[in-house]
Amino acid sequence: MSLFQLLNGLTFAALLFVVASGFTLIFGLLRIVNLAHGALYLFGGYIGFTIATKIGSFTLGIVGAMAAVAVMGFALNEGLLRFVRGFELRQVLLSLGVAFVLNDMSLVIWGGDSFTVPIPEELTGGFRVFGTFYPKYRLFVLLMGVLIFIGLWVLINKTRLGALIRAGVDDAEMVEAAGINIQRVFLMTFLLGSALAGMGGVMGGAFLSLYPSADSEILVFSLAIVIIGGRGSLIGVGVGSLMVGLLNTLGQVMFPELAYFVIFGPMAAILAFRPMGLFGKAV
Amino acid sequence: MSGVSRSKSPMGALVVLAILAVGVIAPFFLSRYQIGLATQILIFGMLAMSIDILVGFTGRTSLGHGAIFGASTYVVLYCVTQSGLSPYLAVLLGIATATVLAAIFALLAVRTNGVYFLLLTLALGMIVWGICLRWTQVTGGENGLRGDIRPKALSDYKDFYWFILALAALVTFGIRRFVQSPFGLTLRGIRDSDSRMRSLGYNVPLHLFIGFTMSGFFAGVAGAFYAFFNNFVSPSTVALTQSVESLLMAIIGGVGTLYGSFIGASALIALQNLVSSHTERWQSVLGITFTLIMIFAPEGIVGKFRALREKYANKH
Repeated sequence: MSLFQLLNGLTFAALLFVVASGFTLIFGLLRIVNLAHGALYLFGGYIGFTIATKIGSFTLGIVGAMAAVAVMGFALNEGLLRFVRGFELRQVLLSLGVAFVLNDMSLVIWGGDSFTVPIPEELTGGFRVFGTFYPKYRLFVLLMGVLIFIGLWVLINKTRLGALIRAGVDDAEMVEAAGINIQRVFLMTFLLGSALAGMGGVMGGAFLSLYPSADSEILVFSLAIVIIGGRGSLIGVGVGSLMVGLLNTLGQVMFPELAYFVIFGPMAAILAFRPMGLFGKAV
Repeated sequence: MSGVSRSKSPMGALVVLAILAVGVIAPFFLSRYQIGLATQILIFGMLAMSIDILVGFTGRTSLGHGAIFGASTYVVLYCVTQSGLSPYLAVLLGIATATVLAAIFALLAVRTNGVYFLLLTLALGMIVWGICLRWTQVTGGENGLRGDIRPKALSDYKDFYWFILALAALVTFGIRRFVQSPFGLTLRGIRDSDSRMRSLGYNVPLHLFIGFTMSGFFAGVAGAFYAFFNNFVSPSTVALTQSVESLLMAIIGGVGTLYGSFIGASALIALQNLVSSHTERWQSVLGITFTLIMIFAPEGIVGKFRALREKYANKH
């Protein structure tokens, strides 16, 4: 694998990390597998695309998409999921129904064409990295991925909210018994996770482009990452994203038509030996 | 979730016979289009019933059965249109492929339960979809495979309907026997408590493996004959929508009822036809239906009806 492909794999992994970290945060704490996460990614991308083309600011596009998708997450959590609290399977299936509606709505609003979010001028062009010419924008995605990893790590390990989230992952009832409004922590996590999906949508929309089935593709990658990394573990998402991102790129080089199949391998191997994922805790 | 009661009463048998009789004479009163719909309902009813083996009797919700079903359809169409095999041989190969695919899914899935099982089957099904979409040389990519493959003996649409009706009756009988067998009872034991079954000395993963593979076999039967019905297959046949629609059919009918699958299939296919004649937003309607069912009637129409009847009976 050449350096160019390695960087492709790493930048893809960084994008996957942004999307999947939101997914696993919600899964880990709220025990909600939000299958609408892919649709939120796609919506975020489309909203970012609209803002970036109409107003001409990529940054505003990201901020706008994060805010809009967080609002959608809020509506989903407070408007629908509250009716099925405590029923794991019903929650998952409900979020799947919502994903179908959102996907269809995006088709109504933006049509079936594929769009690419315009990249700001400062990030166009490329760098020379160890003798290989590489697009600046993709390096920016890699940097963002690393920054978000650090940010989330600090949030979870060094702040009060993070402590509550960690405690909630282990035993939500005990946290509530200690006099903490766990529902608010849940809501914050849901909003944060959704906003990350929206951000991922704009970032990915600029180099993978946006099209009607992009949501299910990113969802499968997120699922694979959570299965590999384990529920609710930040390190797990990091390692899972790296594995899936690099393997997918390797697969595209070696057997372009069956690239999808390559992520199946590690998933199968990990399930065989560690059904809870590499960093997951048994419930 | 109650299992199918072992109704040995002559009444139950009479009802089944009466429904079958109605099914047999129906083509004399229906239009060609309606017979086509009835055939479709029977095929998807079989698929929904195969899912019910897992959802209703094993307590495992699968979102990968659309892929197993569609893989069978793909193999049948590929064998007949590209390799020139006889349709009958192709059907056998299709069912065999679906069974093997289900066995591979099962090998991984038996290690998980609850929501992980659902995620894993979802991911595996999506991988099959991704391969069907991208492997253009074999699957035809987005265009799919097309060809008039139905054998001559079944070319008349009424004959084909009767054939599928007989097949559905046979499959229903087979699945009923399967879930009521001592083996089916162990599956129900696993549904209710797999730790208890394990401590009783049952090999839980092996039972789950066999249950999943059998369920995939029946999904494969439905998929193979769907190829005869549709004469066309594209990635949408193996897509998540397919798995979701058939799971929804099983849920609407009421999980653990088997026969309910045909009610669910009728309801959903009728709704789909109604919606499609007015708008192109079937996917939204499907999503909304799914969401509403999850909130208001997760036990399905048959289950809801039973619950209401019990409530009524308790009042008096």
